[in-house]
Amino acid sequence: MGKRFSALLAVVALLVLACGGTTATPSPAPSGGQTPAPTATGAPTLAASCQSDASKTPVEVQGWWTTGGEANGFNKIIAMFNDANPTICVYNAAIAGGAGSVAQGRIKAAVLAGLPPDTFQVHMGHELLDTYVNIPGGSVMAPLGTDVIDPAQFPAGVVKIISGADGKIYSVPLNIHRANELWYNKTIFAANNLQPPTTWAEFETAATTLKTAGITPLAIGDSGIWANGMIFETVLIGTLGADAFLGLWTGATSWNDPKVTEALTEYKKILDPANGWINTDHSSLSWDQAADKLIDGTAAMTIMGDWANGEFTAKQFADYGWAPAPGNADVYQALSDSFGLPVKAQHPEQTKLFLAWLGSAEAQAIFNPYKGSIAANVTAGDPPAGELQYNDYQKSAASDWKTNTIVPSMEHGAAANPAWSSAINDVLTTFVTDLDVAAAQSALVTAATGFTQ
Amino acid sequence: MRRLTRDRVLSIGLIAPSLIAVAVFVYGLIAWTGFVSTTKWNSLSPDYTSTGLDNFVSIFNYPRFQLDLRNTVVFTIFFVGVSLAIGLFLANLLDRKIRGEAVFRSIFLFPMAISFIVTGVVWKWLLTPSAGVNLLLGLDPDTNKWLTDPSVVHLPTGTVLNDIGLGFLATNQWGVPIALLSIVIAAVWQMSGFVMALYLAGLRGIPDELREAARVDGASELGIFRHVVLPLLTPVTVTAVIILGHISLKIYDLTVAMSPTGLGFATDFPATYMWQTSFFANQFARGAAVAIVMLVLIATLIVPYLIWNRRQEVSR
Repeated sequence: MGKRFSALLAVVALLVLACGGTTATPSPAPSGGQTPAPTATGAPTLAASCQSDASKTPVEVQGWWTTGGEANGFNKIIAMFNDANPTICVYNAAIAGGAGSVAQGRIKAAVLAGLPPDTFQVHMGHELLDTYVNIPGGSVMAPLGTDVIDPAQFPAGVVKIISGADGKIYSVPLNIHRANELWYNKTIFAANNLQPPTTWAEFETAATTLKTAGITPLAIGDSGIWANGMIFETVLIGTLGADAFLGLWTGATSWNDPKVTEALTEYKKILDPANGWINTDHSSLSWDQAADKLIDGTAAMTIMGDWANGEFTAKQFADYGWAPAPGNADVYQALSDSFGLPVKAQHPEQTKLFLAWLGSAEAQAIFNPYKGSIAANVTAGDPPAGELQYNDYQKSAASDWKTNTIVPSMEHGAAANPAWSSAINDVLTTFVTDLDVAAAQSALVTAATGFTQ
Repeated sequence: MRRLTRDRVLSIGLIAPSLIAVAVFVYGLIAWTGFVSTTKWNSLSPDYTSTGLDNFVSIFNYPRFQLDLRNTVVFTIFFVGVSLAIGLFLANLLDRKIRGEAVFRSIFLFPMAISFIVTGVVWKWLLTPSAGVNLLLGLDPDTNKWLTDPSVVHLPTGTVLNDIGLGFLATNQWGVPIALLSIVIAAVWQMSGFVMALYLAGLRGIPDELREAARVDGASELGIFRHVVLPLLTPVTVTAVIILGHISLKIYDLTVAMSPTGLGFATDFPATYMWQTSFFANQFARGAAVAIVMLVLIATLIVPYLIWNRRQEVSR
């Protein structure tokens, strides 16, 4: 056992220490309020053919749509724009990775470094405004004039949450998703003589019936806590009503309100393992794996945004029905993917043309049937003949959109500052296991400190 | 001053690029992170107003970060302890000069060649209650929850602890989350083969004469192992603890692939929190503070080792 040997060991140790840092690898979906997209890796499907053409100005679009209907639809409208503008080459530099988890970090780093893509995907609302616009030192996004977006073509509520503190518009919303939707398996509901519950009391009765029948009443896939947080938001809406729910985010409603206690108590009932209303493996599943339980008939309901509609369609499952989440009738909880123009974009003029195209009725009518969402532009009609058409769910959503009260989604960046929604997610992560209503409420009050405006 | 010979110029020229790169990209960025952790930079526009140690006070008071530290300690103890035990055991088996030793050695060492992400994804499948081992072994998913087990084992709440003023120890903050053990299983699977290789090399370095001498003196085989072999393996053990310890303290990829935060933060780690608070909550100063805490944790492990190592070299 010589000194030479221990010296060798030291060398090995240092080598391993030195190499340790290189094992970091891009990681899959984290928790956090991101628009869920099925996790998939796949190169952007749009061929980078035009990039090498020196006669064209390249415009880089960065987002996280790399697969499925959303990528197909987006690439389609990009190709249409490129065909109509022979001097411009828009290319989709989307970064794969569940829910934009990788893309968002990459985009923020690029903006910080002063080398942003020409335009990038961001949720409308506080995620846009509090991250990029209303920040000390001034907006890193450029205001958009009427040559890019005509506010008259978008609902007032939407215009409000894409406008900065200076009243100028900072992004172009491409679609509207609905977050507070209940999806159910029609066969199971018929077999148990159930109607979609319209109140949480009815939900409890239905859950008890289903439980007795040996079916999991509510499927949850909260490996990313946002999926569980969305249920909490629907309970809040159902208990407080749309106005008081909005007040939670503006400071008009206190998080200490007895109604919030009531909502947390209801939420606790739903999650309580003693009731057995939810699947026990929820924390190891993603939202789409939870939706699969509806398809294979082991669960009867799930509460999820309307991208679930796209999921069911993609899996060729037609036996599903939808209704607003209990207590959420006539309230449309919205989120939107929007695209903005960074101040330091390399090709602002060409990018403005592209953003104007994204906001146009024509592009939105073609894109949204693929995405499973509805158009944000109110003047967008049905897709032209020969294009993919809206399905029944989307038609119903479009008519709800016109008549319902619109509220923003916290989990998807619209309602709250990202730091605040992260803090709320942390509270919920603890609540899901300890189900301590009082502790959760006081933590929610603490989380809101400094954020309500 | 000595003349700059051609050799000297050449050697300085050769060493300079890596020296500069390390100075900038390692030590420079550590210093930068340390600076950022004392600022108010909590939005996308940098704000370098100093807040002293406020960010540190804030994260240490934050329940999630407290649980992260608990998880780090628990994970490190289990991961290092079990890996050492299994590694030593396997090394002793292979040291019996059995046939096909090289094959076994490779088999045990192979997991180390795999990225933690891959290990994480596979073990996630294996340890998801509705699939994996529960299906293979026919276990009941409702009682074998693996990664999704929300329970935290802690000391019994009783009067004895309260009497001596340690009642706080009987809380979740000082317990062992069961779900975390699933991550320990995956990490041990990956790294124990490496520990085995280290120990095997150490065992091969022990001269047979020493064992023979002990046998002549009438020592039992167990006694030889305990009093002759183990003390001689101390440098190996120290090395293994350092390597495993630093992996464990900054673990990220494995846990993110298996269970990013877990039920009630059962599988959350400082690195996960650092990443989320920086890139999702835009709290860059807070993220930097977490990074500095991780650096200090790792330094408390590595610095004594480097000093110990230096002494060994000097004593030679």
